[in-house]
Amino acid sequence: MHIPDGYLSPATCATLYAAAAPFWYVALQRVKRLLSTRLVPLISLFAAFSFVIMMFNLPLPGGTTGHAVGMGIAAIVLGPWASMLAISVALLIQALFFGDGGITAFGANCFNMAIVGSLVAYWAYRLIAGQAAITAPRRVVAAAIAGYLSINVAALLAAIEFGIQPLLFTDAAGAPLYAPYPLSVAIPAMMLGHLTIAGLAELVVTGGVVAYLQKSDPALLKLSAPSARSADDGAPAPARGWAATRSLWIGLAVLMIASPLGLLAAGTAWGEWGAEDFADAQARQAIQAASGNLAPPASPPSGLAQLSTIWTAPIPDYAPHWMKSESFGYILSAMMGIGLILLTFLVIGGISRVLSRRNSDAAPVSPGGSA
Amino acid sequence: MALTNQPAAVPSGAPARRRRKSFVERTINELSGALERALYAEELARAGGLLQRLDPRVKLVGLLALIVAAALSRNILVILGLFAVALALALLSRVPLRTLATRVWVSALLFTGMIALPAIFITPGAPIYRLPLLGWPITAQGLGSAAYLITRVETAATLALLLILCTPWTHVLKAMRVLRVPVVFVVILGMTFRYIFLMLEIARDMFESRQSRMVGELAGAERRRLAGSSVGVLLSKTLQLSSDVYMAMQSRGFRGEVYTLDDFAMRGYDWLALAGFLTVAAAAAWLGR
Repeated sequence: MHIPDGYLSPATCATLYAAAAPFWYVALQRVKRLLSTRLVPLISLFAAFSFVIMMFNLPLPGGTTGHAVGMGIAAIVLGPWASMLAISVALLIQALFFGDGGITAFGANCFNMAIVGSLVAYWAYRLIAGQAAITAPRRVVAAAIAGYLSINVAALLAAIEFGIQPLLFTDAAGAPLYAPYPLSVAIPAMMLGHLTIAGLAELVVTGGVVAYLQKSDPALLKLSAPSARSADDGAPAPARGWAATRSLWIGLAVLMIASPLGLLAAGTAWGEWGAEDFADAQARQAIQAASGNLAPPASPPSGLAQLSTIWTAPIPDYAPHWMKSESFGYILSAMMGIGLILLTFLVIGGISRVLSRRNSDAAPVSPGGSA
Repeated sequence: MALTNQPAAVPSGAPARRRRKSFVERTINELSGALERALYAEELARAGGLLQRLDPRVKLVGLLALIVAAALSRNILVILGLFAVALALALLSRVPLRTLATRVWVSALLFTGMIALPAIFITPGAPIYRLPLLGWPITAQGLGSAAYLITRVETAATLALLLILCTPWTHVLKAMRVLRVPVVFVVILGMTFRYIFLMLEIARDMFESRQSRMVGELAGAERRRLAGSSVGVLLSKTLQLSSDVYMAMQSRGFRGEVYTLDDFAMRGYDWLALAGFLTVAAAAAWLGR
């Protein structure tokens, strides 16, 4: 899950740094406003906590153990914005000092796990928990599912980032320069590990901690449960919903359109050399012809390729045979990936707003107050 | 002090089959391992080698430039050249190659090698060899892409490790100011870093005390409950600690503004090294374009 250096091209890394930057900025502003002087110690300590629990060997059903990232629990206790900052800081220290995750890929790791992971975990938890009381078992289930979903969405993003590398970056002979597998292989390979072990680790830790906090320190769960039935605090509610972050979404949409263009520009710059480019195009044509033969119904040349085509069957859109060119395929998959996430957020956010509007606006406490 | 024997000696009557370590023991090992690695790095950072003598900002910018150059290069020889530069830097900085091998090379090779292996067969391209029994084709493109991935990962990881093995960690954080990282982030990072060690110790103590009171093995559900409540306890302790730290900060006059002491000074030697780093990185980027 922690992408090391060397798997992603510098162009992809730069794009994902750029994608993460506005979130970091907004998160810092919002959290500063909410916590003021408490910001530094709270985020620092929580980042240290996240770092330490990333080292825990969590016992999973079936006798194996796995590691969790902890964005689920961070998002539930701190809210998505503070969680983004805390997990990003923990990831940076892991990358710099413990060699877990790359330095050039730090933006990508933060985007996948800290930013999207926290948002997915927070909204999934809010949505599934609904108005259940703080101590309701439903909240444990909601937390477990939120943890499971968040790590899997993060893994899917990582898989898409891996999968677009061979489409865009190959050397003169056609050898992929970075992560070598196309989307049709990268997605099933990543998801297999995360739908099982890593997802379960996140599920166990998020559900387990919420169950524990319900008994020992339920006040900590109030921030992410503003409409819980037992909530009775009078603190002002932080700005919620999409209006408060509209500029961010516009920015993201611009980025969504601009990022493939930027990468395409990098691609053409790389293709400036004429002869190789021509030779390369020929090589690609050969590959494409091969891909045509490899299309799902035909029998592929190797056993592994066969496995990969079986895996693609449920999502034929990722199959390369109908993509006229790599760039087109890239734009499409990037758009699809980002669009899918945006859509998910919009739907979850919309439903949750309807749910909370139905309830009289009960107020959450600030995480500083609960510390 | 009188105990000179290995305290963890295996009793002679132990069953032949080695007991699988419980998740508690494994977590204790992992937490202790992190502490040990950090202490070792601090020790090495005090050795008087080439990199240790440089200004931390030069090291940070210079080694990052080399990592980016390795990422940019489209030529395997250039990446290997950068790897050789990393090796030379390690030798000149008295970093034992054994440390690099155990901390980076073996693990990166195993992990990335496992990922890169299927690429040799399934990357479309010109087959240069077929596996005798299975008939899987090995393509030139597949070999190339596996080589790119492995050399790049090894080179970047070695360079990154050199930075932290040869620089006290607090200096690395302070040096991040030159990369225009906001000062509040630098302070948060520094504080996180300090409290990581406290939290690692708290977590280890929790697990050790639990382990010392445990006989036999826990059932699966019980293990998960233990893990969940351990994390929960740690979370409560974290927030308690954060509250205490905040009060301590306030009692010393903290009003939300943060300052760092930028007490690094560049000498002629540092400028020379910076020029050297940037030249090598630029040359590598140009040669490998």
